[in-house]
Amino acid sequence: MKFGRVVGTVVTTVKYDDLEGVKFLVVHVLDENQGPTGKFEIAADATEQAGPGELVFMVASREGSQALPEWFVPIDLAITGIVDEVEVETGPRRNEPTARWYSADEGD
Amino acid sequence: MYIGKVIGTVVATIKIDHLAKRKLLLVDMLDLEGNETGYYDIAVDVVQAGPGDTVLVIDEGNGARQVLDLDPGAIRAVIVGIVDEVSIAA
Repeated sequence: MKFGRVVGTVVTTVKYDDLEGVKFLVVHVLDENQGPTGKFEIAADATEQAGPGELVFMVASREGSQALPEWFVPIDLAITGIVDEVEVETGPRRNEPTARWYSADEGD
Repeated sequence: MYIGKVIGTVVATIKIDHLAKRKLLLVDMLDLEGNETGYYDIAVDVVQAGPGDTVLVIDEGNGARQVLDLDPGAIRAVIVGIVDEVSIAA
């Protein structure tokens, strides 16, 4: 799943039948620091509680549709949660290897 | 699959049922030298990994559903192992 920031809503009148009742939101796809990527997508809101301004996470591809109650539907991105908090590791375990790592140039 | 480093935890109260009671970790993919690449996933953890751990990640729905015993299941990224050693041949 990736982070996204909800920036808008989408209304469609004419649509494929199975998409009836699905809420579509415009999301700005974010990087791991929740910074902007410049990429915008339309996501179905599987939480039914997301709205503009909120930080969310999203699942893409076929798994997106499986987040919805009626899951055999043509969508490829779904909001699956609203983020309360992201706690980022900044200590030594972030900056130092935590597995033994033998690269080719070390001759092992 | 890829090898990543757990760089944080994600907390969400409002989420779909498939994610209820599951631990979500932020993982950054590592390159062949073990450095972070900036490509990331928010992944479900099934091996009690923690921040800083070097882990094995799958990002594929069928495998995820099998591991988590869900069908349907709207989850792709799952941490399925904690890596002890990586050796890159010349």
